[in-house]
Amino acid sequence: MLEILQKAAASNGLVTAFAIVGLVVLLSNFLSRKLTFGRVHGSAIAIVIGLVLAYWGGTQTGGHKGLADMSLFGGIGLMGGAMLRDFAIVATAFEVQATEARKAGLIGVVALVLGTVLPFIVGASIAWSFGYTDAVSMTTIGAGAVTYIVGPVTGAAIGASPDVMALSIATGLIKAILVMVGTPVAARFLRLKTPRSAMVFGGLAGTVSGVSAGLAATDRKLVPYGALVATFHTGLGCLMGPSVLFFATKALVG
Amino acid sequence: MIIYGTALLAACHLLGIFLGDLLGQAMGVKTNVGGVGIAMLLLIFARLYMQKKNILPKLTEVGVGYWGAMYIPVVVAMAAQQDVVSALRGGHLALLSALVAVGLCAVVISLINRMEKPSEEADAAALPTAVPTPHAK
Repeated sequence: MLEILQKAAASNGLVTAFAIVGLVVLLSNFLSRKLTFGRVHGSAIAIVIGLVLAYWGGTQTGGHKGLADMSLFGGIGLMGGAMLRDFAIVATAFEVQATEARKAGLIGVVALVLGTVLPFIVGASIAWSFGYTDAVSMTTIGAGAVTYIVGPVTGAAIGASPDVMALSIATGLIKAILVMVGTPVAARFLRLKTPRSAMVFGGLAGTVSGVSAGLAATDRKLVPYGALVATFHTGLGCLMGPSVLFFATKALVG
Repeated sequence: MIIYGTALLAACHLLGIFLGDLLGQAMGVKTNVGGVGIAMLLLIFARLYMQKKNILPKLTEVGVGYWGAMYIPVVVAMAAQQDVVSALRGGHLALLSALVAVGLCAVVISLINRMEKPSEEADAAALPTAVPTPHAK
């Protein structure tokens, strides 16, 4: 019996994923209502549950894709993978008020540039203080503080060592998780209320995964505005990391 | 037909990714530059154009709206496949640089958003919620 059920679930991965995620969201909304009286958004709880499941999956399989590495939950990998994630993000653009988006055009670009340069400086300086004083390692770890994709792309371009690459990816991952979990908590401090503020947030907080999950857990209405800017974040980081930022670091530390 | 909406979404998505790849190649970086953002802009323009021409029936909108509403579940699935284990294994350096980077960016976001004129906040409060999400209370 159980074996047949398991086989049915495993060979219908995406469908299983829909059912599991639906269950997680249902449970989260219940917890949000009963335990926090709606003060903590159901989506925020769902994302935290997702992260906990990812940790559990990672310890069970030793893989790098969290729950998706377990054969029973393989469909989670497809459902939450880049393809469907981007498809759903693009779909949210249908709700964007073009006039609102245009109002924040320039400030969005400023936020993007700041969101690349500031984390880079922080990451590179802390790397330096930890004894990674060569330009290549500093740049790679600094780029990881931009996003966990910019880190390895930059590291590969300038020839960083594998352990520095791993550190760089870990930095980016922790940043994404912090943004996912921290945004709903800090929403009031961040003044996340308007489309413009969401675009500033999208540019500065970086990482599509962090921004999209953070905004989803704060106010679903703001998602498209933040995502619109955040999707340029990785591209800009990959552009600046191995070039301008690397040369600047090299000029500073030799 | 509902598929028209989903197909429109798919076409914008693909075209955006394609243009993002081209842009990345033109700039000499190995990644996609803003492909998803370009796709979003294409979809916004497509909607404005179709609304003006009056060729956007409700059912077509639903074909896009469904995927927009699936956004949060997809994000939950995305969270469930993050490499949390190796993130936690990154140690003090990774944790410290991530914390400081996020903290600094939060302060800057807060500063910039505090400069926003209050009238704009009032405008935005009047924003309609476009797609009613099922979990909304």
